[in-house]
Parts: sequence; structure tokens; C-alpha cells
Amino acid sequence: MSASRNSITKQQLGAPLLASFARSGHRKLASAVMLGAAVFVLLGAGDPGARFTEIGHQMMCICGCNQILLECNHVGCPSSDGMRNELMAAVTRGDSDSLVEQGFVQKYGPTVLAAPTNKGFDRAAYILPFVALILGFGLVVGIVRAWKNRPAPAIAGGLRPVRGAELEQFRDQAGKETDL
Amino acid sequence: MAEIGSFALLLGLALSVYTFFAGIVALTFQKHALQPAGRPGSRPTLRAGTGALGNEGTLSALLRRGSERIGETARRAGIAIFAAVFLAAVVLVICAFRDDFTIAYIFHHSNRDLPAPYKFAVLWSGQEGSLLFWSLLLAAYGFVLRLRHKTDPRLFAYASVVLAGVQIFFLLLVNFAANPFGILEGALRPDGTGLNPLLQYPEMVIHPPMLYLGYVGFTVPFAFALGALIMKYPGEKWIHITRRWTMVTWGFLTIGVFLGAHWAYSVLGWGGYWGWDPVENASLMPWLTGTAFLHSVMMQEKRGMLKMWNMWLVFATFWLAILGTFLTRSGIISSVHAFAQSSIGTWFAWFLAITFIVFVFFFFKNKSHLASEHKLESLVSRESSFLFNNLLFVLLCFTVLWGTWFPKISELVQGNKVTVGGPFYNRVAIPVALLLLILTAVGPLLAWRKTSFESLKRNFLWPTIGAAAVAVFLMVTPKSWGSPFGLRPWQDVAYFYSLMAIALSVLVTLTVASEFYRGGRVISKHTGQNMFASMVQLTHRNTRRYGGYIVHFGVVVVIIGFAGAAFNQDKEQEMANGDKLTIGPYTLVCRSYTDDDSPNYASEWALMDVYKGGKQIDTMTPVRRFYKASQQTSTMPDIRSSLNEDLYLVFEGLNPDNGHPIIKAHLNPLVMWIWLGVWIILGGTVLALVPNAPAPVRVPARVHVDQRQPAPVATGD
Repeated sequence: MSASRNSITKQQLGAPLLASFARSGHRKLASAVMLGAAVFVLLGAGDPGARFTEIGHQMMCICGCNQILLECNHVGCPSSDGMRNELMAAVTRGDSDSLVEQGFVQKYGPTVLAAPTNKGFDRAAYILPFVALILGFGLVVGIVRAWKNRPAPAIAGGLRPVRGAELEQFRDQAGKETDL
Repeated sequence: MAEIGSFALLLGLALSVYTFFAGIVALTFQKHALQPAGRPGSRPTLRAGTGALGNEGTLSALLRRGSERIGETARRAGIAIFAAVFLAAVVLVICAFRDDFTIAYIFHHSNRDLPAPYKFAVLWSGQEGSLLFWSLLLAAYGFVLRLRHKTDPRLFAYASVVLAGVQIFFLLLVNFAANPFGILEGALRPDGTGLNPLLQYPEMVIHPPMLYLGYVGFTVPFAFALGALIMKYPGEKWIHITRRWTMVTWGFLTIGVFLGAHWAYSVLGWGGYWGWDPVENASLMPWLTGTAFLHSVMMQEKRGMLKMWNMWLVFATFWLAILGTFLTRSGIISSVHAFAQSSIGTWFAWFLAITFIVFVFFFFKNKSHLASEHKLESLVSRESSFLFNNLLFVLLCFTVLWGTWFPKISELVQGNKVTVGGPFYNRVAIPVALLLLILTAVGPLLAWRKTSFESLKRNFLWPTIGAAAVAVFLMVTPKSWGSPFGLRPWQDVAYFYSLMAIALSVLVTLTVASEFYRGGRVISKHTGQNMFASMVQLTHRNTRRYGGYIVHFGVVVVIIGFAGAAFNQDKEQEMANGDKLTIGPYTLVCRSYTDDDSPNYASEWALMDVYKGGKQIDTMTPVRRFYKASQQTSTMPDIRSSLNEDLYLVFEGLNPDNGHPIIKAHLNPLVMWIWLGVWIILGGTVLALVPNAPAPVRVPARVHVDQRQPAPVATGD
């Protein structure tokens, strides 16, 4: 199932690119790019074991140990063995990731997920840091530009400020003479 | 004994109150005895009047002398706080060694068969003791500060008052809310309930002191900053005075954080070292803002910029350290290792509010004093890189704070809690950390004011090519060619992050190496020394800069260690005698399993032979212990470390049906790099604290001077 999905993706992604390269006469290069794209896509397809590990690391053990489900390490844990078995059964059945997670949330509550979901208010958990990053980045750039555009302070004694090429020349000279 | 301890704590509190109020009185009168001499903006001078000034001058002189005497008594009382709190701590330790179970704290945190080092560690193993320990460290810092008052008596007097204010809070706590000398009610118990098994590990004897030295230590830069703000301290001298305090404190906090990580790795038995638990986050947040402060403070020193920002950063670092303690103690956010929870959270909440109000009040009252002329010449400059560096550090801190509080916020907004664990931080914090790594590579090579394109090209071309070559090598070569992973970033986003982290680490390493090489080459050319000696001399001439580079190198070694986590493997198996388990290149064979007994604990352990390439290379013994006093179980993983990977075995327990041990094996690549990196960071920090060697200046004379008849020379200053 996943192979056929991947082959469609490969064709969809690759066709316009191939045509473009064919027009420019770089057929061999186009083939190489297509091959690379196929490798990228096909290597991403996971087996049930890998999916079990991946999803198991997105969930928490609910016994109170506060550990990731697959990292819960105490024998006799009342929860983790049963949860792992359920997870393995779901993965073997071929349930999608979201279906598996949904089932666990319904059974154990939202704290079973090791991270907030991408739905509703939970989305704010992810959005806010990146909004802060973008705003902060803009703020710093704005500050730097504002400071850069400030007029140079006047020099006492009627001396002429050094600018442009002359300044660069003195800077180079200072750099050479004090280079450490 | 308990009475002596209680009395010492009360005495410490009385001395702190005296230091605080007498200090304020002295500083207030000193302020009135000083006035600006004529020109606005000039430094204040004493109004010691004679002659024409008459009675006013005499009164002023009397006021000054009186205030000086009161100030001196406050300073001496401040020194005596240390003696009082030290006595209380010694008494508590003696009580632990004497198994004095009449004291509730000793009963709950010790037992007769507890080994001696852990009896010593009882001092900080529980709520009351750790608050006493916090008070002790604060008193110790205050002791050193007050002894060194001659550096700048007025500034130190202000800092001493601020420290005394913080000290009063902690001594109020240990006297009235969490007294470690409280008497156990009821009949005398024959034995204590013992120390938490997770704390019975050698690192636990040093991890909390290091962490607390870091937490408490940031009170000192904060005290100086607030003092400088209140007194409108002229210039940047307070920054120079506190630089070493800040670096030492940062060093302690770094060691504390990583000792905690190592303890978690060696004791908790889940195979990892960082779980993004709120308590771990609490230690990381002040570290992040403290690191931002260490960088941005250079802007203030070199260019007189960011004075207000630095004031906020140093306050935030102090405040976050207290907030971390509030999180640990209040139980407001659930954590696996909040060992000691109680109602003292309310006390902390009030203290946080008061310190915030006091700081904000003085900030707005005196912020005109912090105004500075900001002028930049170019976006591509060291100044800009520091601004972005601060943005990313503060953003990382915000992310950690946001993630730590989000379960509570979610509960308030949507009525249900959510878990914010590793997967959240991996998604949000790693991209920001990678950006920070890019800045670590770029920032140090940018010149102050402006960097030309030519200079950028010259400095970055080869390091960038080197980093790209390593990335391609890791990506395309199979393991058999020597590539450690055969790292395919398209297979998993974790691999992508891992590859980026390693490539950027190489970039940082090469830029750091090129800085040493270029500086060394110049010295070598002038002195004729070999390259190594030249680089040593270079480092000695500017220990702060090159110590900082070594710290950066240590950080990238740590990052490479973190990058290995993307390739962790684990397997769990029930192992009867002779059973085999294969993980990575290792084959484990269970030779036998047995149990043992000691006065403090009973243990079950397995004897596992380790084979690699068909040859036996080691025998490992993972253990599970049952502590008798506390009736708790703890695993002691056995770890075989190498530069490539750690083989980490956990004795998870016995199958109740057949009695066979269940062994979990983890293969964790590159973990040792983390601990090595921390040693390098520590080395770089110590180096940065070493005073610079004076640089010899040799100017070739244009005219030959007859040295037989030396001409008289004047000395300059």
C-alpha cells in the first residue's frame, strides 16, 4: 500500500521536473535526479517495528512514572505491558498513526500523549515559540537598523568625521598593526 | 543538639535583619552626607565642611562618621551570619551522624546503616535541609563579598543589603516554615526511614551542592546590579567587579546541570540523561539567561550598550533560579523528582512577587541612568551577533518556560491537562538550538562595528567547506567506510537534526581552530616560537576570549554527544543461564544471576558476558536493590562506555513465574562525548578566569641609540 502511494508521489513530483530537464537536453541529469527523489521517498517507508518504536516514543506510560511508554523500565508496571501490547496490535492491524493515538487518548485520556496535539488550543504550544522567534527576529533587525541609521555624534573641536573609503583605510591599517 | 541548631538559625535571622536595616540606615545617611560638587553629572564628594561651612559641615561630618560606623556594624553582622548558619548546618550533620532520630528531618532522611557520605548528604536531601543549605551558601557568598568590601565600599554596601534581604527570606523559611530541627512527636523510633534510594549514589553527594552554588551564586550579580541601579552607579565598573562572580556561578550551574544529567543516566535506569522534567527545566532556564548575560555583558563593557537589557537579564536569571525552587517545592507542577513538596510554595510566590516589584520600581525610577548611546555601523558586526545570540537564548528559555507551564495553562483554558515531554521540545527547541549553533560559529569571527565581505570569506570559506565535507561523508558513505552512522537525513527528521548538529559542530570547531591558528601564527612570526608555544602565549594574553572559545568547543562536543541520541537502540529479554541477546555489534550471554545482602539493602544481579566480533571483551553486572529502611527498590545500571557508544544494561527484575532475570540493553551512541564536553567547558571557564599575561610591546627604533650613555627618561602613567 505504501509502495503504491510512494510511486504515485514519485511520478507526480518527478514529471514536470523531468520535462523541464528534457527540454534543456539534460536527460541523464534528469534521470539521476529522479532516481535520487525515488530513493528519498522509498527509504522513508517504515516497517511495523519502526512504527511501533516511533509511536511508542510519542506516548507516556500512565502508571505515574512520567516516562515515555517504551522507556518505562520497571517490571511489574501495571500499565506499560498492556499498553505496549495494544500498540503492537494496532500497528500490526495497519491502523494509521492518528487512529492509534485517538484510541489511546479515548482510553487513557489526553495525558497519554507525550506532547500536545496539533488541534485546538494545543496548537498554541507549538505556534507561540515560533511566533516569538519571528517577532524577536524582526525586533532585533529593526533595532539594528534603527541604531545603524542614527546620526554619528558630533565631534568636538570642529574635527571632520572620518567616513567611507578613508575610514576603511584606517580600519585596515589598525587591523594590520594590532592583528592578534 | 537541636536546640543549638534552632538557636543558631534564629541568631542568623536576627543578624540578617540587622544587616539589612542597619545597612539601609547607613546608606541613607551616607547619601545625605554626600552631595554633587558643583557641575551636574560630576561624581559626588563628601560635604566635610570647615570654616565658612560652619555647623552644617560639622553636622555633615558627624552624619558621615555615624553612618560609616553603622555601616561597618552591618557589614560585621553580615559576616557573622555565615558563622551562625554554618553552626546550624554542622549541628544538623552531626545529628545525622549520631542517628538522632528525635529530629524529624533526620528520622525521615537517614537510617543507622546509611553509609557515611550519604549521612553527610542528608543536609541537602530533603526540603528543610536543602533550604538550610541554600541559606548556608548564600551566607558564604555574603561572607566573601563583605570581606572584599574595600574594592568599592559603597557598591559593596548596597550589594550587602540586597543579599541580606534575600537571606532574611531563606532564614524566615527555615525558622518558621521548614525548620530542619523540628522534634519528632511520639515515642522515640529505633531507626530512621532512610534516604531516598535514588539519592544513594556518589554523584548525589556533589550534584546538589554544585547546582545550589549556581542557583544561589546568581544572587550575587543580581545584588550588585540592583545595588548599582539604586545608587545610580557611574560607569561599568560593577560589571567588571561581578564578571568573575558571574563566570564562577555559571560554571557551578553548568557542572550542577550536567551532574544531574549524569546522575539520571546512571541511576534512573531508563537509558537517557535528560527527560525534560519540570525540575530539570528549572535548572536549565537560569542557565540559559545566565549564558545570554555572559555574552551581552561584553556589549556593555566594550561599547557601553545594552545597559537596560543586561539589568533585566541578570534579574531574570536570579528570578528564574528562585522560580525553579518554587516549582520544585510547591507541587504546582507535577514532576517525578520533586523530592520535597509542601506549602512553602506560597512563601516563594510572595518572595517572587516582592522581588519583581522592588526591581521594577527601581528600574523605572532610575532607568534614565541606564540610557546609553546605541550606534551600529553594520548589520554584519559582532554587536548584531550578540543581539541575535541573546534573542535565541532568551527564546530557548521562553520555550522551556512555556513548555513547563503549558500543562497548567491547558488545564485552565480547556479543562484538561496535557503532557509536554521530549517530543514537544525536540520539535520546538532543537531548531532554535541549531540556529544558536550557527551563531556560535559565526559570531566570534565577526569584528566589532563592521565586518567586510572579504573578511567573512577569508574566515569562513575553509571551515564551511570542511563542515560540508564531513556532512557529505556522514551522509553518503556506508558504515563499512568508517562513517559512524551512514546518516540518511531523509529517513527521519531526527537524523536530519543529528546531521545538522554534527556538521555545525564541525563548523564551530574549525572556526575556533582557525582563530587559534591565525593568532598563533602572528605571534610565531614575531617571536620565532613554535606554533604550540605561540598559541599558549596567545591564550595567556587574552584568557577570557580564548577561554571562551574553548568553552564553545566544549559545547559542540556536548552537542555531538546529544546528536548520537537519534541512533539509540534498546532490547529487552528474559535471560536464563546461557541465554543470548544481540544488540548492535554486541552479544550478551547470561553467565549467572544471584542475590546478595548488606545491612542497607538487598540486591539481585546478573552476570553478563559481553562479546564483540566473537571475542569476550567484558563482563557486566546490572543490579537491582531493595533498600530495607525505606522499603523501596532502585536499579543500578551497568554502563560500558567508549567514545563510539555506551552499552547500558538494566536489571529490570525477575519473572515471577520462573525467577529468570529480565534484562534491558540500551546501545547509546556518543554519550561519552557529553561528559567529555563538560570537562572541556569547565577547563575553558577556569582558563577564562585566569588573569591575562601582559603583552610585551616591541617597537623597532628607527635611529640607533647609543646604549652606553643612556638618556634620562620620564615615566608615564
